[in-house]
Amino acid sequence: MTASTERRLMEGSEAIAEAAIAAGCRFFSGYPMTPFTELLEHFARRLPEEGGACINAESELEAIGQAWGAAATGARAATGSTGQGLSLMQESMSEITRAEIPIVVFNMARGQGDYYQATRGGGHGDYRHIVLAPESVGEAVRITQEAFHLADRWRHPVLIYGDYLIAHTAEAVSIEPIDFATKDPLPPKDWAVDGRLGGTGRSRNVNPIGMEKGSKGIDPNRFWQALSDKEDRIAAAEQRWEAIGTEDAELLIVAFGTLARFARAAIRDLRAEGLRVGLFRPISLWPFPSEALVRAAAGCRRVACLEQNAGQMIDDVRLALLGSVPVVPIGGISTDPAGFGIGALLDAERIAGRARDAYHGREVPRGVVA
Amino acid sequence: MSRAPSRGTVVIDAARCKGCELCIPACPPRVLRMSARRNASGYLLPELLEGCTGCGACLLVCPDFCFEVYQLDAPDAAKTTGGIA
Amino acid sequence: MSGDRDAEGVGAGDPLRVVPTDAPPSGACRRKGSFTPSLTLMGEHDLCPGCGEPLALRQILDSIEALGQAQRAIGVVGIGCYTALTSLMDVDLIQALHGRAPSVATGAKRMRPECLLFTLQGDGDMVNEGLQEVIHTAARGENVTCILLNNGVFGETGGHMTATTVLGQRTKNSIEGRDARLHGHPILIGDLLARLDGTAYVARASVHDAAGVARTRRFLDRAFTSQLKGQGFSFVEILTMCPTGWFIPTAEGPGYLDRELGAVHEVGELKKDGVLVER
Repeated sequence: MTASTERRLMEGSEAIAEAAIAAGCRFFSGYPMTPFTELLEHFARRLPEEGGACINAESELEAIGQAWGAAATGARAATGSTGQGLSLMQESMSEITRAEIPIVVFNMARGQGDYYQATRGGGHGDYRHIVLAPESVGEAVRITQEAFHLADRWRHPVLIYGDYLIAHTAEAVSIEPIDFATKDPLPPKDWAVDGRLGGTGRSRNVNPIGMEKGSKGIDPNRFWQALSDKEDRIAAAEQRWEAIGTEDAELLIVAFGTLARFARAAIRDLRAEGLRVGLFRPISLWPFPSEALVRAAAGCRRVACLEQNAGQMIDDVRLALLGSVPVVPIGGISTDPAGFGIGALLDAERIAGRARDAYHGREVPRGVVA
Repeated sequence: MSRAPSRGTVVIDAARCKGCELCIPACPPRVLRMSARRNASGYLLPELLEGCTGCGACLLVCPDFCFEVYQLDAPDAAKTTGGIA
Repeated sequence: MSGDRDAEGVGAGDPLRVVPTDAPPSGACRRKGSFTPSLTLMGEHDLCPGCGEPLALRQILDSIEALGQAQRAIGVVGIGCYTALTSLMDVDLIQALHGRAPSVATGAKRMRPECLLFTLQGDGDMVNEGLQEVIHTAARGENVTCILLNNGVFGETGGHMTATTVLGQRTKNSIEGRDARLHGHPILIGDLLARLDGTAYVARASVHDAAGVARTRRFLDRAFTSQLKGQGFSFVEILTMCPTGWFIPTAEGPGYLDRELGAVHEVGELKKDGVLVER
């Protein structure tokens, strides 16, 4: 059964796997962990049908290692897990970024507590990888395909911040292969290894430390600075966001991912009450769309940072705004008894109540949102 | 044995040698010995005596790729010690 | 100095003629071996005098070339002293993390099954950090060749105990000698891997002398051939000298290797064509 472009009801995990395959992904490796597991199941079933390979890795450490090897030969490769598994992968994430190997990594997260892990590099050393946060299955399908393009374009890992709801919600989607390369041609993968330059004096070493053939010693300063310079170029080029109702907003809610969908519904109700509330939704968590946020917040009395954690994205919001407008947290720790991130905060009415408090300058309750 | 004609010989890259001496016991006819000469890095260097067979054992055991090994088409009679059976 | 070794077989009064070694012979001759393997870019490296790892590297590269795989080989290198040797190797390489070469090699082989995939790892890398990786890669029967350079120490950090350090061996963190009560027992990784159904060829060699080096080469040839035949996982463990990490004079390295490590990690072929060899 090959991927069909026909629009049908698909669980997010399946839709994401199909989107990756449509983008040319032919390698996946993963270790079961809720709510990521079904993504592995779909790849395991579908990749062999497409002439690709899916490995049931012995741990997340090997899952990312295998994706590393596959991508180093020039294939489009991916791996994923949930936050805890991503924690195990961090040494490799750091080194893969330094080796400039393009891979796509899915965090099907248990809520929004992995924001720091995703956006601050997560591992050792100076690096960031591109992080894209879809809010729906439909958007995840597009973002997944774009992720493979961006990874190849920049020779840089791209992390997709998904979650339980995206993984397990079924939406009507069609997986149309999107052509990014015609408008944005990709360079050939001359750096990838295939054995063929052995014995020619031009053989390659895909490595994260700047080792060069035929010379002893390395220059980490130069190598790491070049990576930092590349990340500056990525930061200038790849910011993505959505701004709704920000032109006249007095209160600006900042939210990402699934939670932003609930915020949309809350804002609709608040607007109907006459409250001028807008939504700023970062789609790229790194590079964080700081300038766009500043523009969206211009004229607002207050910015309400809505996230499902103890307060992580609020750092980036405050950094962007630099005290120009007060920022208040209106989210909080909120999850289900299994810890999968299905918390009481995922409720338009509850969010509207908190936003209303922020709008009127009242104290917003802190602590668990249960 | 070291009075046998040389059937082979070696070229030693003295600059690269680190004086580890592994070639000495590896040589089956025992025609390598450490000299008193040092290279620019300060390492003591091996030297070759008559009787090399060109077997290549030194090349196999040298960690610094210092040996190039030749087999002579004709035993080098001129290099033997004279007159002693 | 080795002055006492040069008087064998020479009667009193014979002058020992030193033969010049700074240039090739002028007479008719055949070159039997060149300085560096042809799959090398240069011979200079900063590994210690008397290190056994370059001896193993020479055989690996010569084997790849002799089997006609120079334009199909991809090496995945771990982290250790041997990492520096990547600058010398004229084959396509991927640098992996400590212990993580088998998974990288697995992913690469799955995408490039026509390539000859090998890993190059030390004992600290493979048997400490990466024990899970190599076992699972072997158990899955991945069609790659893992090569272990086993000197019983973490060389690059200055000589510390690994999972293959033998009882009684002194290292900086087992300074009185490895003691089973304090430090446990060594892992004989070749023997462990041979017992997994996914492994096709397992052998252990040692580079302590020329015969050992030649044997190393034969085992490598067989391991690579096993991969080329698609038999499954192949493994060659190569015992190498590390006089620095063993705190012994350089010239005593080969003897120590044969006597101390070789007595525990026994040389030989452990598995051929998927069948355990009777030992």
